[in-house]
Amino acid sequence: MAVAVRSLTFGQAINEALRLEMERDPSVVLMGEDVAGGATVPGFEQEDAWGGVLGVTKGLVQQFGRQRVLDTPISESGFIGAAVGAAATGLRPVAELMFVDFFGVCMDQIFNQGAKLRYMFGGKARVPMVIRTMIGAGFRAAGQHSGCHYSVFTHMPGLKCVVPSTPADAKGLLAASIRDDDPVIFFEHKMLYDLTGEVPEDELVIPLGQADIKRSGDTATVVAIGRMVHLALEAADLLSADGISLEVVDPRTLSPLDDDTILSSVRRTRRVVVVDEDNPRCSMATDIVAMVASQAFDDLDAPPQIVTAPHTPVPFSPPLEDFYVPSVERVVQAVRATL
Amino acid sequence: MELTREQAVWIYERMRLIRSFEERVARLFADGRIPGFVHLYAGEEAVAVGVCAHLGDRDYITSTHRGHGHCIAKGVPVNEMMAELFGRATGSCKGKGGSMHIADVSRGMLGANGIVGGGPPLAAGAALTARTLGTGGVAGCFFGDGAAEQGTTHEAMNLAAIWNLPVVFVCENNQFAESTPVTYHCAATSNADRAASYNIPGVLLDGYDVLAMYEAAGEAVARARRGEGPSLLEAKTWRYFGHFEGDQVTYRTAEQSAAYREHDPLALFAKQATERGLLSRADLDRIDQDAERQVDEAVEFADRSPLPAPEDSLSDVYVAYR
Repeated sequence: MAVAVRSLTFGQAINEALRLEMERDPSVVLMGEDVAGGATVPGFEQEDAWGGVLGVTKGLVQQFGRQRVLDTPISESGFIGAAVGAAATGLRPVAELMFVDFFGVCMDQIFNQGAKLRYMFGGKARVPMVIRTMIGAGFRAAGQHSGCHYSVFTHMPGLKCVVPSTPADAKGLLAASIRDDDPVIFFEHKMLYDLTGEVPEDELVIPLGQADIKRSGDTATVVAIGRMVHLALEAADLLSADGISLEVVDPRTLSPLDDDTILSSVRRTRRVVVVDEDNPRCSMATDIVAMVASQAFDDLDAPPQIVTAPHTPVPFSPPLEDFYVPSVERVVQAVRATL
Repeated sequence: MELTREQAVWIYERMRLIRSFEERVARLFADGRIPGFVHLYAGEEAVAVGVCAHLGDRDYITSTHRGHGHCIAKGVPVNEMMAELFGRATGSCKGKGGSMHIADVSRGMLGANGIVGGGPPLAAGAALTARTLGTGGVAGCFFGDGAAEQGTTHEAMNLAAIWNLPVVFVCENNQFAESTPVTYHCAATSNADRAASYNIPGVLLDGYDVLAMYEAAGEAVARARRGEGPSLLEAKTWRYFGHFEGDQVTYRTAEQSAAYREHDPLALFAKQATERGLLSRADLDRIDQDAERQVDEAVEFADRSPLPAPEDSLSDVYVAYR
């Protein structure tokens, strides 16, 4: 039987996943700054003023009401911590940390409470919550609204980290994240919200911890995260003209990481490049290279390459920011360096 | 609020069990039988007991690094508590938490907390669950005068106030944040005054007087259950021991401590309850002995319990990981 699909943007796919999960499970609640917007303003009792700062949660308050779509004060420690407490006592909250860079004002509630409660309590607690957060450069949003920082969270035991790259993955992975019994940080690249792609109409749940091969090839493996998947696919198009066939592996979740899929690809192609928009020190790029080097060293024909942002904050001015973000050209050069 | 004999028995039993437990833990720690950090609640019993007297199975509490008293008041079994302090596999947290993270979610105890000010947002969350699912539950949020200077405490109070959540915030003002006096670290005259900025009731109480605590907490819990939102109770109290076991308590005078020991919360309630004819001297003696017996048993239970296997450290990070 054919599965009905249609084209949705990445942002619409996230909205649809939230709607379907809220329809399915009354214990799912949304909270965050302006997730509806206009709370208590006359005329907005059952309507949103914004529906999220970029409109991703638009329309949900109309369907589910303000008891389940909760505008919060600008008080990240307070409401992220409330999400932890709510998760430990029977809700499945989806809290929105507007920009990941804001983790600095609420990390204790994520790291010392949400991530550790289950362990510290000897496995006698569950914290089934999701923190949706916006990442990435490209909006000229400068140093405090443009980072990726998923490596920081991947480092922390107790958290799961999900970085979708396509609308369909966003829908399926968000559904899985909401149903998951552990705290999940769901990283949404702001430059992807308007990306369109085919998305199944029905329920879609993509298990966490399964990488996806976005393009098959046999000359070299490019492991790319989030928006970088699209740069890797462009690089693959360019290189195919020279008879170079790239395999593009999208890990989709960084914790847990599907190292089997990465390793089996690398063992076939014998070359690996990791493309990661995050800063390079203690990053996913270095982590994946270390994993490949320690487990498949003898299968490699060339030193692994990484393409990352530099070890700087994200700058503002367009030429500076454009230089910061990995480019298709740098991916191509890195692949050529392995040949 | 008129107290029944049954309630008076429960209050004295819980207060005495906390005192016996903490005094025993102090000795066991001094003997080197308890690893890590231990912060004792003795002296503050009237606060936890006066509040938890109004809480039941559907209610939650959040706690502090000084959490043993909250556990006992909320009904966590002392055998499992002592085993946890001993680092045993039979402990409340299977030896993974220890004194600073002792918890029993099944009994509504959302954990002692090693982070000062870590608990208040969790309490707001537990109250959000109660409101969303319509359980009728209330969240009791214990925090110290030290935590009253943390942003999380104020964010949680503001959030609970704007969302009208059923939380009872209880500031246990034992007058010192570690070694630093509240008169130095707090710009406000009292923490109860701070409730005014959140448009919620704020009441300053004698934290040694369990009847005063019981009465004020009863009103705050009833208000929360009626859907009228949070309250803040400030209980002025005194910890008998140091900030942690091993603290030489150089920042308080012997005279101050002696004066507070003189005006003891257990002795005060014993007097009040006997004067009102609720408890007899024989009742008090029986409860005292029973508490000692329970603590003896808890130590025996902990002693004969197995240590966890080293590889047990690898489990319980996630419900499922791939």
